[in-house]
Amino acid sequence: MNAFAGTGRMIRLALRRDRFTAPVWVLALAGFLAATTALWAEELSTVADLIQEMRVTAASPGIRMLGLASGASVGAYTMVRDFLLVAVLAALMSTFAVVRHTRQGEETGRAELIGAAVVGRHAPLAAALIVTVAMNVVLAAVMGLAMVAAGQPAAGSFTAGAAVAAVGLAFAGVAAVTSQLTSSTRGASGMAAGVLGLAFLTSGIGNMAGHPDPSGLWVQSAWPAWLSPIGWGQQMRPFGGDNWWPLALAVGLFAVCAVAAAVLVGRRDFGHGMLPQRTGHAQAGRALRSTLGLAFRLQRGALLGWAVGLFGFGLVMGGLVGQVRDSTGTSRDWYTRMGGSDAILDAYRASIMQMAGMAAAIYAVQVLLRLRSEEADGPLEPVLATATSRFRWVAGHAVITVLGATAMVLLFTLGTALAAGRVLGDPAGQLRMLLAASIVQLPAVLVIGAIVIAAVGLVPRYAGAVSWAVLMAAILVGPLFGDTLNLPQWVQDLSPFTHVPKVPAVPLTAAPVLALLAVVAALALTGLVSLRHRDLALPA
Amino acid sequence: MTAPIVVSGLMKDFGSTRALDHLDLTVSAGEVHGFLGPNGAGKTTTIRVLLGLLRRDAGDVWLLGGDPWRDAATLHRRLAYVPGEVNLWPNLTGGEVIDLLGTLRGGLDRVRRAELLQRFALDPTKRCRAYSKGNRQKVALVAAFASDVELYLLDEPTSGLDPLMETVFQDVVRERRESGRTVLLSSHILSEVEALCDRVTIVRAGRTAESGTLHQLRHLTRTCVVVETSRSVAELAGLPGVHDLSPDGPRTRFSVDQDELNHVLERLVALDVRSLASSPPTLEELFLRHYGDEIASGRTDTELAGVR
Repeated sequence: MNAFAGTGRMIRLALRRDRFTAPVWVLALAGFLAATTALWAEELSTVADLIQEMRVTAASPGIRMLGLASGASVGAYTMVRDFLLVAVLAALMSTFAVVRHTRQGEETGRAELIGAAVVGRHAPLAAALIVTVAMNVVLAAVMGLAMVAAGQPAAGSFTAGAAVAAVGLAFAGVAAVTSQLTSSTRGASGMAAGVLGLAFLTSGIGNMAGHPDPSGLWVQSAWPAWLSPIGWGQQMRPFGGDNWWPLALAVGLFAVCAVAAAVLVGRRDFGHGMLPQRTGHAQAGRALRSTLGLAFRLQRGALLGWAVGLFGFGLVMGGLVGQVRDSTGTSRDWYTRMGGSDAILDAYRASIMQMAGMAAAIYAVQVLLRLRSEEADGPLEPVLATATSRFRWVAGHAVITVLGATAMVLLFTLGTALAAGRVLGDPAGQLRMLLAASIVQLPAVLVIGAIVIAAVGLVPRYAGAVSWAVLMAAILVGPLFGDTLNLPQWVQDLSPFTHVPKVPAVPLTAAPVLALLAVVAALALTGLVSLRHRDLALPA
Repeated sequence: MTAPIVVSGLMKDFGSTRALDHLDLTVSAGEVHGFLGPNGAGKTTTIRVLLGLLRRDAGDVWLLGGDPWRDAATLHRRLAYVPGEVNLWPNLTGGEVIDLLGTLRGGLDRVRRAELLQRFALDPTKRCRAYSKGNRQKVALVAAFASDVELYLLDEPTSGLDPLMETVFQDVVRERRESGRTVLLSSHILSEVEALCDRVTIVRAGRTAESGTLHQLRHLTRTCVVVETSRSVAELAGLPGVHDLSPDGPRTRFSVDQDELNHVLERLVALDVRSLASSPPTLEELFLRHYGDEIASGRTDTELAGVR
């Protein structure tokens, strides 16, 4: 039997399963790109405005980490602001698609049914990769069209689409390999997400360590940027020369990964990964014998990964204080506007603490949605058949989430203080200065967490979609983007992050903190009451 | 002492599908009660209502003298449950799951835990993702039986076990009954129910079709007779209570209503019996009598009740 027999049918099955998911990803990403492009085209209508904004982004190392300047044009400015976010989402789209059609099938046993039919050993992987590549090609084309529709030149628009798809393509390859290494869906996605984090860090460090050219509108990246698929996409320089050859690097990585994954498929057993299955404890330790212990055990992996990530993020942001202190002109204005103070370092501290708060909120959503998967996948059933009430079950996860989110902002603060202390001296003093600013982020994080609990109680089937959508909206209309997007104040006020006092740039006030905590209580209570009164949505 | 489980007129809808339609079920203290029905008859739904995981739409449900929806967590200290589809945490070991569920229920007997692990030949150091369906079921069984509780709710607990383990399971259930515990055993493995159960309730399309001891239920059914006579048996066809008369080689096969058995035998003697074999109705025949018409008319299980 041919090892690829049945690939065509597997492709049709994958397309049928993704008939809603794939278009939603593509249209949402392209729509976001078109909308923001149009917005900036309106805001930066003169060349002088463009040059001024672009000089800020090229001069500030903090912004260089998040976006790469390639000349003064609306398209190039859009790439600075949007590329990282859109590229990360395209990478996640590809990762989820590949894992869904390979490892998930094996974990749930669906692939066994299919493997017993006339389907070759390599057909499921081949079909998953073909479908994911097709999704990225369509994404590139639709994004290009979206930017053209927003009034941008065609050449740059389609380079932009291809640059985003290059990142998506590379991560289709990465996910194909991680799906062979681990035996669980969660592990395969998590490992690919870890690689994505590394890709972000290396490209960010490469751009940060780079330097603006004499025009001040173009950043020449340092070599680490070339180690990352995100860096390759940025080096395609959409609207700034339209350099297509880095796409070959992404295609090359994809090809190498695809071949490696195919070789691994041939070497491992069905249903297993390459990494060995270890045995574990024959008895539960004391720590595991409670709902709290179970919640900690289930969240532990995410907790460790995020802890390392946020500590590293803190080190990077703290290390920038020297450059921020010495910055001048427009770059200085950007920080003072974000941080709400003329004391540049305090403004900087306030702004990075807000970023840490948003990162902790993403963490909170991820781990609290475990409530939903425990219910939908079934392990909740035997737990609630013991003397555990629904309230205690939620409380276990909520307590661990609050402690975890607190640990996240504190670790970020510690990293920032250590790195800033090296530059400015007195790490302990830096830490004291930041401590209040870190804790004050928590009420806004808790609002997002309480929204997850409310969604799980009220609309269990849509809890994931609702929670992520609310989080994205809260970040977009919040202080990080709301101001630059020129949103009216009442829209910005909808985000809990808007109400976080900008400590240490401005003094701490109790009223907004108490108001946020009241919202937390109301949302969490709504969620708990509706959960108490509804049927569980268990698997049949 | 009131019966551990009293359900009457229980109704449950899922959207437009009626899962339970005036279901009645009474389980007395100290008995092993068989809960029988095909897939989709409403067995799992009933048990989930009894556990307070689903809310009843109408009817009365009493569990261990309390309301299973209102007092769920308190009542659960006194019972143990084995779900039909055992989904566990892939990264926890079987041993960890057994201890966790036992502790959450209020404690488990370490000695019995060790003994059950041995009898069910379960390796507690493996992670749940590495267990087969049968082994996951064993984890749930050990976790349930290691707790000393009044009531065990078992939802098709042996559907993944091999015959050896099925025997171990039956032994364990008998031991529990001997020490005065109550067991509700949902199953469609009829030999298991015949071997273990004192009383059975048969459900069909969310409604109780029959309930009683196996002996009582057999009275409602027919005995199968295979007979060889020297004279023609044609006249039997006209007798009241005789059904399905058909030739079987030199013999004749028919079934007869329990009440008419004596009368029919008298007539047979007159036909000069050469050989005769009669067998009491099996549970299987009982079951087929209730569901045979659906099977004959080609209706599928899902149409019977929609939801399990």
